[in-house]
Amino acid sequence: MSQAKSENQDKYNLPDDRGHFGEYGGIFVAETLMGPIQELREAYEKCMQDEAFLAELDNQLRQYVGRPSPLYYAEHWSKKLGGAKVYLKREDLNHTGAHKVNNTVGQALLARHMGKTRIIAETGAGQHGVASATVAAQLGLECVVYMGEEDIQRQAINVFRMKLLGAKVVPVTSGSKTLKDALNEAMRDWVTNIDNTFYIIGTVAGPHPYPAMVRDFQAIIGREAKEQILEQEGRLPDALVACVGGGSNAIGLFYPFIDDKDVAMYGVEGAGEGIETGRHAAPLCAGKSGVLHGNRTYLVEDADGQIIPTHCISAGLDYPGVGPEHAWLKDSGRANYVSVTDEEALQAFHDLTRIEGIIPALESSHALAYVSKMAPTMDKDKIIVVNLSGRGDKDIHTVANLEGISI
Amino acid sequence: MNRIDARFAEYKKQGRVALVPYVTAGDPGPDTTVPLMHAMVKAGADILELGVPFSDPMAEGPVIQKAMERALEHHVSLRDVLGMVSQFRQQDDTTPVLLMGYLNPVEIMGYEAFAEAAAKAGVDGVLLVDIPPEEAAPLLVALAKHKLDIVFLVSPTTSDERIQTIARSSSGFVYYVSLKGVTGAGHLDTDEVADRVNRIKSYTDLPVGVGFGIKDADSAARVAKVADAVVVGSALVKKIEEFAGSADKLEAAVAGLIAEIRAGIDQATV
Repeated sequence: MSQAKSENQDKYNLPDDRGHFGEYGGIFVAETLMGPIQELREAYEKCMQDEAFLAELDNQLRQYVGRPSPLYYAEHWSKKLGGAKVYLKREDLNHTGAHKVNNTVGQALLARHMGKTRIIAETGAGQHGVASATVAAQLGLECVVYMGEEDIQRQAINVFRMKLLGAKVVPVTSGSKTLKDALNEAMRDWVTNIDNTFYIIGTVAGPHPYPAMVRDFQAIIGREAKEQILEQEGRLPDALVACVGGGSNAIGLFYPFIDDKDVAMYGVEGAGEGIETGRHAAPLCAGKSGVLHGNRTYLVEDADGQIIPTHCISAGLDYPGVGPEHAWLKDSGRANYVSVTDEEALQAFHDLTRIEGIIPALESSHALAYVSKMAPTMDKDKIIVVNLSGRGDKDIHTVANLEGISI
Repeated sequence: MNRIDARFAEYKKQGRVALVPYVTAGDPGPDTTVPLMHAMVKAGADILELGVPFSDPMAEGPVIQKAMERALEHHVSLRDVLGMVSQFRQQDDTTPVLLMGYLNPVEIMGYEAFAEAAAKAGVDGVLLVDIPPEEAAPLLVALAKHKLDIVFLVSPTTSDERIQTIARSSSGFVYYVSLKGVTGAGHLDTDEVADRVNRIKSYTDLPVGVGFGIKDADSAARVAKVADAVVVGSALVKKIEEFAGSADKLEAAVAGLIAEIRAGIDQATV
């Protein structure tokens, strides 16, 4: 009995019932949202105990998303790197091309369960917007996506995809006209239309229960990876690597391994033009604690507490905050947070494309770039699992532009 | 008794409803604000609500968002706003000043350092949009130590149980947000406001102020019949936007609207 109790105490069980991961997380929103957030929390907790809901979610993930995604041993790239064996968790093979859909499928089912007829979402690169619009089309929900005016210009193809799917894309012209402002605008819509509207946040940030809820929907990545690596290698990996913008693909991979203390975890932020230039998107590596978008976490901010525009070649990492659970995992030392520059990410993008025939998203290329530094320093019997969170088709214009090629 | 409590106690005796105009500090420029504060008092304002510019004002509609952007073009910081309040206090030691804003600038300064500096500058209370009472315990300690009020919001979606929690944590007054949405939005349902204000009053002896959707003498008059204070924000900030090029015209336009609203309130209540 006492032994069972102490094992339970050792088990990771954050957040607490007020949504705190240590000092991070919580609920920092205007009063009008407190009621709807409580309603969401109750509906979510009920659905996660409801077998019919879970069966429906499981069916969506298998039949619509195409799960489980493979865990691919990147033999050619591993040999080239000359160290640890590198496995890729192929979230790029999901429907819509990234891990984002794991979460939108879950939240859209929850929206329908709550009787909401309209969903809203924010998007940066457009991946979360596309994943939201996709599920909205499938479930017959009205969908409005907020997107910074700057991002709309950078991501014309995803904007058109969303429109094809029947979503309304609203350009956001306030503030820096990017992802953080799109999130502000979505919050403003939510507070105005709370009666019929469900806000699908795309990452593990926002007021509680979003960080926990999005993590739980993304944890399928880590659960599958664990089962797959045990089957293929007969043991757990030595390290997990994932890119971190808001941090949903990283938490999805990390979470099921948190209690496996021998598995090291590396979250890779966008260093942009270099941390020292100030033009980066690396709150965990170079920011400090603050409150934004409903939670306390690490932020890229100035000495007056104003949020500073971030810079990163990948729009999906171009965000000044990060999920509060990552802030906690950093402070507690359970996970390591590092950063790679635009240039390093681009190199990894080309390497994986040429060596494995897989075009990775620029976001995921950040994780790959760190692996390319880390793997050569490790013995050949060591194992790294890296989350290939999305495919790179959406980024080929960016890459072509950088190389002066017009397509 | 601080300035806010003193004002409401006095007004209760007189049957006067307080007029609380909101402007963003540093909008359209840092030199505009202090003279504007004096002009508003002269035109009939009772308590001044001064917005602290923030890069990500999630609860604001387009009018106040733009005001904050204009102020941030001049890099107006929380410390600068405190400087404006101290300057205002050199000539006016009685009109209460309430700072309105978002938590992060306060968080970065540190609760204790902020409370000390704000009290020293002559601030009387704060209203921080994105911190509910559940997260506010350490902040409340720091504010109480320096005798600063904290005004929390009650909204149309707030349950009766939460109204009680909010009322217990509030000081100075309770602020009822009269509609779902952002600042500067929509249409006011006076009957619903009356119902909610009475419900708040059944749980607390604190005065109740009402804001959101009040833009002219008529809407202010209707709200004044049920509230202890009427807050007007976006309608004034629109005037500031319109006359941003001329300090004189700007002051006259803001003072003019305040005087109209003052007259509307007084007609409805006296």
